[in-house]
Amino acid sequence: MKNKEAVIIGAGPAGLKAAKQLLEAGAHVTIIDRNKKLGGQLVKQTHKFFGSEKQYASFRGIDILEILVQGLKPFEDRLEILNETSVVGLYKDKVVACVKHDNFFKIKAKSIIMATGASEKHLPFENNDLPGIYAAGAVQTLMNEYGVKPGDKVLMVGSGNIGLIVSYQLLQAGVDVVALVEAAPQISGYLVHASKIKRLGVDILMQTSIKRAIGKDQVEQVEIWELDEVWQGIPGTERVLGVDTVCISVGLAPLTELLMQIGADVEYIRELGGNVPRIDFRYETSIKGVYACGDVVGIEEASSAMVEGAMAGIHAAHDLGYTVEDESRKLKVLQEELKFLRSGPHAAKVRAGYTKLEVKT
Amino acid sequence: MRIKNHPILSFDTEETIEFSYNGKKLRGVEGDTIASALHASGIKKLSESIHLKRPRGFYCAIGNCASCNMVVDGVPNVRTCITPLKPGMVVNNQVGKGKVYEE
Repeated sequence: MKNKEAVIIGAGPAGLKAAKQLLEAGAHVTIIDRNKKLGGQLVKQTHKFFGSEKQYASFRGIDILEILVQGLKPFEDRLEILNETSVVGLYKDKVVACVKHDNFFKIKAKSIIMATGASEKHLPFENNDLPGIYAAGAVQTLMNEYGVKPGDKVLMVGSGNIGLIVSYQLLQAGVDVVALVEAAPQISGYLVHASKIKRLGVDILMQTSIKRAIGKDQVEQVEIWELDEVWQGIPGTERVLGVDTVCISVGLAPLTELLMQIGADVEYIRELGGNVPRIDFRYETSIKGVYACGDVVGIEEASSAMVEGAMAGIHAAHDLGYTVEDESRKLKVLQEELKFLRSGPHAAKVRAGYTKLEVKT
Repeated sequence: MRIKNHPILSFDTEETIEFSYNGKKLRGVEGDTIASALHASGIKKLSESIHLKRPRGFYCAIGNCASCNMVVDGVPNVRTCITPLKPGMVVNNQVGKGKVYEE
């Protein structure tokens, strides 16, 4: 067993920002991530960010990733990166069990920062397990990270920002988006993204959903139908579309499994996407020395994940006994930024969720 | 199915990494995962459900959902969506839950 100081699980925007704060304060940091590249989901985000200038608004996700990684460079002597490494066990005495390729090993940490992020949800419908049915973000990965098209004709399900942005990126890759269906009566993402794909000819169908996928070994067609005001399908409104790909964009769920394994208090809060850890205003979970930040504490955007990561990093560094330069002012500025990011109408759900969680921010 | 022209990104499309899939020789590019290389060759079915043997492709592409598990170099349950492709890899569709030492 190897002894480590601060261990960060997840190298997305939250984890990388937490790392920066800890390193600046003087700590030794180990970042663990199951992917080869650092950056979490930033690696595939070719669109420009909204939000605040301080969180790199108008930069593309892939460029923000570069900035975050460069920011760690001056501290390389105190930074260890365990990529292609999966955490398979997490225990109360802060033992982290890892698998890298064929090797199993354990790390004993002084503090742990959970920045595990979230995974995309699925939707129940007939044949929803056929190859050719993917999470929208998965298709974004396939296209923007690996340069591979998912198919030729796509049905997008869901009009949140991921659904809208991935529809646009499918068009950029030369893939036909046959239609986008949304169960609700209004677009749930930013209207600017919706009008962009509408201008490019994508059929946006409101109060409509997928009824079933049709195909033997993979999707060949889909049947869609209209929904009534209580979200039930209306018989007789079915239409068959010829598509070979279905993208599901119906929200994300926090990856809280490891926090449950370690025995942290977890609560189901619908507005935050599912099971989230109880954290205090210092981003510490119910287990001392274990912090959580980013999407794992509630589904938001990369911008807020970065702010939360920075705050968790500062608190963790403080608790490890390091002096964080200008600590209280830094935290105050970060809190203001988070408040700003959560001020718009699109963040109403998030605000409601955190009220339920009783986080004193 | 590789993207040739893209307004923002550029991709290496020269398929130089040879590997085998169910006994067939296929090629992928530097930077591919096993799943992306298979997908680029038009192979969407990666696994089968354990009981009903229904075809499965990848779903999440972040190593989370286990829908892309295959036998790679004799090791079952490899998450092919996050496993980098290497020259000479032997990739096979998995039957059932997989055996610990499968040859």
